[in-house]
Amino acid sequence: MSLRTTVAIVMFSVLVVFFLFTAFMLSFGTPKEAKMDNYIIMHTQTETGTNSGVTTVVFDYRGFDTLGEATILFAAVAGVIMIFRRVKK
Amino acid sequence: MSEMSKIVRTISNIIFPFIMIFGLYVIAHGHLTPGGGFQGGAVAASGCAMLLVAYGSTWIIDRMKVSRLSMFESIGALGFIGVAFLGLIIGGMFFNNFLVGSNILFGNIPKTGYTGANFNTGGVLPLMNFAVGVKVIAGLFVVVLVMAYASSLKEWKQ
Repeated sequence: MSLRTTVAIVMFSVLVVFFLFTAFMLSFGTPKEAKMDNYIIMHTQTETGTNSGVTTVVFDYRGFDTLGEATILFAAVAGVIMIFRRVKK
Repeated sequence: MSEMSKIVRTISNIIFPFIMIFGLYVIAHGHLTPGGGFQGGAVAASGCAMLLVAYGSTWIIDRMKVSRLSMFESIGALGFIGVAFLGLIIGGMFFNNFLVGSNILFGNIPKTGYTGANFNTGGVLPLMNFAVGVKVIAGLFVVVLVMAYASSLKEWKQ
């Protein structure tokens, strides 16, 4: 058995162990620290008046994250337009 | 990329309005249903990309300027930042949701629990959704358009 096959088998077994651990060992639906989750779930509709909590988190509670995403998109568009511009010879 | 056959163009003509309506619906109902500016913008931009595949990039370039699309992308970014700065000016905090609770625009507050959709809620979230939606539509489409047009130019083909 070559070294490559050994490494592949070891990596695959480690991956399987990780998946099995997350599937069976951790409790589902009851996180240890749930203060912030419960706060957002309980106060989303009264504080911001939305029905979609995900949009509230993305645009209101963590607006700076969305600002960074928008900046990334802007930089990507500017870079693509700059790379594929037509150069006059 | 030249234009495809008549069948493909006709079918994409039929499907295109539905894709755009679905994308705009996801943007406009971002504060009520799953989705938002990014997701709806990606849907609408993929509809535009379908037109690009069907008709070819030169056909699109003849009818729509890249600089204009880029301008729309900048308008979306400026709107997003502008709403955030309005929160700083009016509410005293960056990204402050100053419209919520006020009864002018998007100011209603729904009852707690599962309620029916009420479009007039959310404060500044619908405005931010619209701004990000315009930005994502224009940004994603201009990326695809510029790359397709550059690959169809003769001086790029060695």
